[in-house]
Amino acid sequence: MVYMEKIISGNEAIALSFSDSGGVFASGYPGTPSTETMEELARLGRVYCEWAPNEKVALEAVIGASIAGGRALSTMKHVGVNVAADALLTLSYTGVNAGLILMVADDPGMPSSQNEQDSRNYAKFAKIPLLDPADSQEAYDFVREGLELSERFDTPVILRTTTRISHAKGVVTPGERLEPKIGPWVKDVPKYVMLPNFARIKHVKVEERLLALQEFAENTPLNRVELRDRELGIITSGVSYQHVMEAFPNASVLKLGLAHPLPPGKIRDFAGAVKRLMIVEEMDGIFEEQIRAMGVRVDIGKDMIPLCGEVSADIIRVAGGEKLPPVAAAVENLPQRPPTFCPGCAHRGLFTILSRLKAFVSGDIGCYTLGALPPMNAMHSTICMGAGISAAHGMAKVNEIAGRPEKPVAVIGDSTFFHSGMTGLLNMAYNHANALVVIMDNRTTGMTGGQENPGSGMLLQGGKTRQVDMVTLVKALGIDQVVEFNSYHLAEAEAAIRKGMETPGPYVLIDKNPCILRYRVQRPIRVVDQEACTGCRACLKVACVALGLTATGEKPKVSIDPNICNGCSVCAQLCKFNAISES
Amino acid sequence: MNVFNIVIAGVGGQGVLMASKVLAESALAGGMDAKQNEVHGMAQRGGSVISFVRMGEKVYSPVVTPGTADLLISFEPLEALRYLHYLKPTGVLVYNSVAINPSTVASGMAVYPTDLPEQIAQGSPGALGFDALAIAKEAGNPKAVNMVMVGAVMKNLPIDPAIVRGVVEEISRNKGGEVNLRALQGGSAAAMHEREFAGSSSVSTS
Ligand SMILES: Cc1ncc(C[n+]2csc(CCOP(=O)(O)OP(=O)(O)O)c2C)c(N)n1
Repeated sequence: MVYMEKIISGNEAIALSFSDSGGVFASGYPGTPSTETMEELARLGRVYCEWAPNEKVALEAVIGASIAGGRALSTMKHVGVNVAADALLTLSYTGVNAGLILMVADDPGMPSSQNEQDSRNYAKFAKIPLLDPADSQEAYDFVREGLELSERFDTPVILRTTTRISHAKGVVTPGERLEPKIGPWVKDVPKYVMLPNFARIKHVKVEERLLALQEFAENTPLNRVELRDRELGIITSGVSYQHVMEAFPNASVLKLGLAHPLPPGKIRDFAGAVKRLMIVEEMDGIFEEQIRAMGVRVDIGKDMIPLCGEVSADIIRVAGGEKLPPVAAAVENLPQRPPTFCPGCAHRGLFTILSRLKAFVSGDIGCYTLGALPPMNAMHSTICMGAGISAAHGMAKVNEIAGRPEKPVAVIGDSTFFHSGMTGLLNMAYNHANALVVIMDNRTTGMTGGQENPGSGMLLQGGKTRQVDMVTLVKALGIDQVVEFNSYHLAEAEAAIRKGMETPGPYVLIDKNPCILRYRVQRPIRVVDQEACTGCRACLKVACVALGLTATGEKPKVSIDPNICNGCSVCAQLCKFNAISES
Repeated sequence: MNVFNIVIAGVGGQGVLMASKVLAESALAGGMDAKQNEVHGMAQRGGSVISFVRMGEKVYSPVVTPGTADLLISFEPLEALRYLHYLKPTGVLVYNSVAINPSTVASGMAVYPTDLPEQIAQGSPGALGFDALAIAKEAGNPKAVNMVMVGAVMKNLPIDPAIVRGVVEEISRNKGGEVNLRALQGGSAAAMHEREFAGSSSVSTS
């Protein structure tokens, strides 16, 4: 056994490799399934790394680092690239100085995302190379390969993972550790200043680069032909390769490690060598479209491999014409177990009130999005980070035009506010919207596991920093009516929200209670007096997993699980019979 | 292809991921190839969690497909039933019998099934359910349910139990090592006891 061997996730492998490959600077924004890459980089402690307020800032910082001569890495989830896309598409023109990798984590099946976009489209769009690792070892190897490619072809490189690569752990043997070398920081106006006259020259270079990369793709071992039985040949990449090997271990395979640009020669040769050609790709039919355009006959593709959701070995077996052995069906009609607010979470009080007030809630992305689920049902739109405030502005304007007096209520968290809520609020102040904005400032990026942000006062690599004051910031954006409130205190919170909804003009409420999970808050737990409880179920509206009904009796009573209760007392405040108290 | 497939199910916050890590690292320490994978992200918020560990000479996919698990370990009875279809007909189910209310039950929108042990036994007649929380508490920390569960399945793994113990020791060197080892031992003893008990009772009723 090689003693260096370890079993690590794709994200950990990427961090380790960047750290081993002369990496100098990394910046990212949290987003499942990409987040652990930066966290692991910080843990390893050999490369400077930081959380940026959003993906655009992260990528731009990384561009600067590359120009200044340091190998650089930016990490984000797939939708983060939408935010960073403006930078990315022109970065393609400028190219790099030191190697630059954009690590993007896609989320097929969407266990934790708001859409299922396929980042390979961005490589095509930006005309840059994309590496698609199939396991942790390749994730490790492709970082080093990507940095070299980036420098050799003067291009940013996308390292694309999917959830099953980022989070799956596999065996990795690390390579030799390279010392970071920082190159010169040179002024080069035609290269880095994309005025039209320079950009025109650069566009031609981008097209030439793509052709050079295509030629590289024909010969690189990154694209591997495994000739076995010639009856069936499968072109695939990423984790789909693993599912293919489970489904058809004897088939011939062309495995694309470099998923953009494609090697037409290699693909034609492979197609010619096999009887039936199948293309297995998760999400969009990007290979298939291009391969058909090459005039190659595709026998099995997106007609059999779904566009939506994850690919599995069983899906591939069926696509290849195999019959699956019968398996027992999943038991149906079991109570669902959706994610929910943690016991003790400050969001619970807020949504208890919003649900009661029947406000239209223009939502955003964070733990508070769970307020859209029953029994709260108190969020009515969620598009992307920051949209809560901007969309509430549009709603407010239409209400104004229509003569409707109601104010929309935008709800947003601190991390999302720093990410892209601030500009929306600036717009509200500038164009004067009749809307209420509630900022849940729990001083962490909760949904993604509790990362630091400009409001937490802490850095990714540890150590204190300046903590942005939310009230001062909101005022500086031009909002005069800014009020702090406490969402744990239902009567106070209801009065504050009512006032915010009734007072004309832009109005901001800020709750500063910390995330109980991140900051390990535990208050005295509550108990239910079984004599006093009437079984009216009013407290159950808070949807807390610490609460439960006793299974016995006509009208079952409520009890609180002492192992789960966090002592927030929101349930107690809903009890009209004073049956819930501190234990 | 000889791959041993394990599915671990539970509720966010129960330590499913740590248990998976122990199993995967134990496989590696035992000289096997291994892959481990779970769906998490929103899992910390009390949602249902499912994790896969696969071990053998060469493992390709990190995913276990329904009907192919050799071992299903569930940290909660409702989750055992939810993922029962992952077991292959000869597969073994070991579960913690202590229920955790999902939010749908806690808010009165759904009712927690009262006949879970029967339903589970119907789908997997040899299933082994026991109170892992009590053993974890006895070991010194109610959060050690995950190690109790690993202990309870040690006998079913294609790995020497001494290797598993070593991995647990290594992983929890800085924190909670003693508790974890006690939990592991407690789980292993409980499984042994339950099996003997189940064996003798089936004899007496036949
Ligand atoms: C563009 C984009 N980047 C990242 C994410 C991943 N993500 C989902 S919620 C969230 C932040 C949540 O933090 P916050 O707004 O502070 O709310 P909390 O969860 O703490 O309540 C992030 C980063 C995303 N959905 N979209």
